[in-house]
Amino acid sequence: MERKSLAFTIFIHACALLLAAIILAPIAWLFIMSISPAADLAAKPLRWWPQAADFSRYQQLLSTAENSAGAAFTASLRNSLEIAGMATLAALALAIPAGWAVSRTPAIGWSLSMVIATYMLPPVALAVPLYMGLSHLGLLNNVFGLALVYLTILAPFTTWLMKSGFDSIPREIEAAAMIDGAGLFHTLRIITLPLAAPVMATSALFALLLAWDEFFYALLFTSDQRAKTLTVAIADLAGGRVSDYGLIATAGVLAALPPVLIGLVMQRALISGLTSGGVKG
Amino acid sequence: MSSTWMTTRAWLLMLPLLVVMVAVIGWPLVDTVGLAFTDAKLVGTGGNFVGLDNYTNMLSSSNFSRTLVTTTLFAVISVAAEMVIGVLAALLLNQEFRGRAVLRALMILPWALPTVVNATLWRLIYNPEYGALNAALTQLHLIDAYRSWLGEPGTALAALIVTDCWKNFPLVALIALAALQAVPRDITAASLVDGAGPFNRFRFVILPYLAGPLMVALVLRTIEAFKVFDIIWVMTRGGPANTTRTLSILVYQEAFSFQRAGSGASLALIVTLLVTLLAVAYAALVRKTAGSAA
Repeated sequence: MERKSLAFTIFIHACALLLAAIILAPIAWLFIMSISPAADLAAKPLRWWPQAADFSRYQQLLSTAENSAGAAFTASLRNSLEIAGMATLAALALAIPAGWAVSRTPAIGWSLSMVIATYMLPPVALAVPLYMGLSHLGLLNNVFGLALVYLTILAPFTTWLMKSGFDSIPREIEAAAMIDGAGLFHTLRIITLPLAAPVMATSALFALLLAWDEFFYALLFTSDQRAKTLTVAIADLAGGRVSDYGLIATAGVLAALPPVLIGLVMQRALISGLTSGGVKG
Repeated sequence: MSSTWMTTRAWLLMLPLLVVMVAVIGWPLVDTVGLAFTDAKLVGTGGNFVGLDNYTNMLSSSNFSRTLVTTTLFAVISVAAEMVIGVLAALLLNQEFRGRAVLRALMILPWALPTVVNATLWRLIYNPEYGALNAALTQLHLIDAYRSWLGEPGTALAALIVTDCWKNFPLVALIALAALQAVPRDITAASLVDGAGPFNRFRFVILPYLAGPLMVALVLRTIEAFKVFDIIWVMTRGGPANTTRTLSILVYQEAFSFQRAGSGASLALIVTLLVTLLAVAYAALVRKTAGSAA
């Protein structure tokens, strides 16, 4: 085994502290801004630590009183949840049969490769016709319309994840059940799908994170509280004439909370998905 | 069971996905190709056929060439920095020290933070009047007066690159770390016995294991950086004086701000072509690297 000198140990710990500071400082600052009184944030020299923690902005944003900042924020929160939820369910409904089919029948694998290749397409290449199409169908500024558009991102990704998940379930198990007289769909329901449950969960989480994060299509295709998502609401706040920066920070903390919690709790699954699948990304 | 039936069944199971993909990706893409030959506006009736005018106008405009340079600078510098910092962080996380598991867990935070929240956060940090960067640099006596980091042509692009790097280097680090942990212990031990120094050890023993996964990360990050829209829209909208305007922002302005759907479509297809070329070039490179590493 390599013997480590004292200097080397100190060097490693110093680097670790530096890395931790780089990662944590901006995130900590976002939270501190959200609980600092507005006067502290505008003070010169800047007050890095609030004299008294002030959580009133959270109350303000989560209140549903009409015409308040909270009403717009909670509406966008609800839209984001609805759109991400619907798009994820729809993506899985498409991805599970397709992923299984490709996994068990390599002859049709090229069709999945084509679907995955669309990942490269810049969204701007689809945006104009999608805008005109949604407008024609009356689905602009509509949660269903945006959820449909999100399938362009979610469906290829989840299908690819499901396919690699099914690849790791031996087909002999299915064959054995079928020899015992179970029909195909019965076999899938009682054998394959339960075994694939963890992959389905990982795919669903990735899909939710992707939909929660999406900004470009939401910016183009939504215009008011009926469909505006959280990302657009935050961009509005950041680009608008809000004088209280703490309020913008608070909206950021609230929007970041769900994905960050998912990230921390599920990190093992997410990292293995990202790295094994580094292959795809 | 006959293999024809198996294949038919597989296609039937694929069908819903393919139908939806054709509707939301295939048809729009074909329509974009058609639009690019017209002078159609975003709203109203379809425009007139103008042949390749949109392409020739676009490719000869100074807006396009400036924007292409800006996009390339953004993509090359941020991806290069993410790769270098990511690998250094992975080498660190591969060492043994107290708190290593916690630090590794923290790496997921920037990745999980929504892109728009990241952009908003850094916009606040760079704020010219109350931002934390100005405050910190002033209190450390590194600058005399507050500066408008996102408002000055000289610093805006660099400020955006820092923002992109902070969010994405941890992902590179996690991918590199997974690859490092696959390096067999006895190989590194043997290289020590053979007297290899740290740099030779990294270059000849460890790097071959990293090459494959890093190439993949490089491809995906470059394609994404080339398509960048969100952080630029939130932080600068392409300004000041268009110094941070990337190709996606230019398409947005052309098609949606100026409502020139035809011209915007031609530009979008030029971007698509560039991204495809990048991907093909990289795919060839990945195959080569994978071959030499094996």
